[in-house]
Amino acid sequence: MTHSENFTKGFFKENAVFVLLLGMCPTLGVTTTAFNGLGMGLATTFVLVMSNIVVALVKDLVPDKVRIPTFVVIIASFVAIVEMGLQAYIPFLYEQLGLFIPLIVVNCIILGRAESFASKNSVLPSMIDGLSMGLGFAMALTMLGTVREILGSGSVFGLSFVPQGATTILIFVMPPGAFIALGYLIAGINALQARARKPKPVAAKAPEPLPAN
Amino acid sequence: MAKLPSTIFNMVMTLVIVSLLSGGSLALMNEATKEPIRQALYQKQLEAIKAVLPEFQNDPVGELANATSEGGQALECYPARDAEGNLLGMAVKSVSPRGYSGDIWLMVGFKADGSLHGVQVLEHHETPGLGTKMADSPFKDQFIGKNPADFDLRVKKDGGQVDAITAATISSRAYGDAIERAYQAFLQQKSAFEAQP
Repeated sequence: MTHSENFTKGFFKENAVFVLLLGMCPTLGVTTTAFNGLGMGLATTFVLVMSNIVVALVKDLVPDKVRIPTFVVIIASFVAIVEMGLQAYIPFLYEQLGLFIPLIVVNCIILGRAESFASKNSVLPSMIDGLSMGLGFAMALTMLGTVREILGSGSVFGLSFVPQGATTILIFVMPPGAFIALGYLIAGINALQARARKPKPVAAKAPEPLPAN
Repeated sequence: MAKLPSTIFNMVMTLVIVSLLSGGSLALMNEATKEPIRQALYQKQLEAIKAVLPEFQNDPVGELANATSEGGQALECYPARDAEGNLLGMAVKSVSPRGYSGDIWLMVGFKADGSLHGVQVLEHHETPGLGTKMADSPFKDQFIGKNPADFDLRVKKDGGQVDAITAATISSRAYGDAIERAYQAFLQQKSAFEAQP
């Protein structure tokens, strides 16, 4: 696998959210706005890149039977570092993400990449892998957050395009709306990919990624 | 390089070393961020105090006093004074445990006569898009200028005078509850602040 293939896989072919369906807790929990989704995605990317680098560095020094606890300690340390850093320098984002920052520890995608990629590859590919999976995750969270924010709050990145007090589709900022929006996004992406695979694309319109209600 | 074999000694040493390194780096990070975190929290509190009080000439934070609310919770009270030291108003950091999910912290500003000058939401865990509207107009505006002495802080559904947020009655109740607690603290502290200019 070349470096560029390694880098692009996280966005479509192996996207953590849309294809692997990993890390659903932060995906569904924090994406009430596009900004929160982006913030969570970037925080996760940082942890993923750093933990992949360190795991790739120490992989030969760690006996097989204790590798999982070792990886978890490494990941948890970086999460704690991100939490303190955000609290000190970006308190606004820290308040928004709140409880979900410590939960980055249990995001399967991070331990998953440490175990299935970084523990078998050298530092540079592991770093690219972390960056790719992390930015793909951030992209997915931002997309989901944008859809939910437009439908649920009538704004994009905090910029409102409906009059104050206008009725919006509130369910999309609540947890059930996260499932609905994610379901339609995955359906839309699957449909696009299915169409791309066909030799002669049929004229059928891609399904509307946004639900009617 | 071959992997280290999984002997007990190797495994224990690996975990000890990893934990030590991790603990050490966290301690360093904690040292480095302690001061900025304290600054950020202090800054936020100061801004909230400024936002809810009439213009003042003193240092409200320096004159901090605690009042006790029902349940024994200490509420922080910050007096605002003019150049002569007369009491212009008071900011009270108040909390209601009756939020939809957890405590709601408010900074409530009173004028000297007890009427509300401003309210800022400090911290809450309400439903985004529903309970979070308590920090926005028009909900928060209905309290400004009202005096809790003759303004019933319960929502209309409960026989009070507050227009609750649609689909967020519990959050609206808790907001009123926190202001009510702040008002009790204001009454407790007012004479003490007036006595010591």
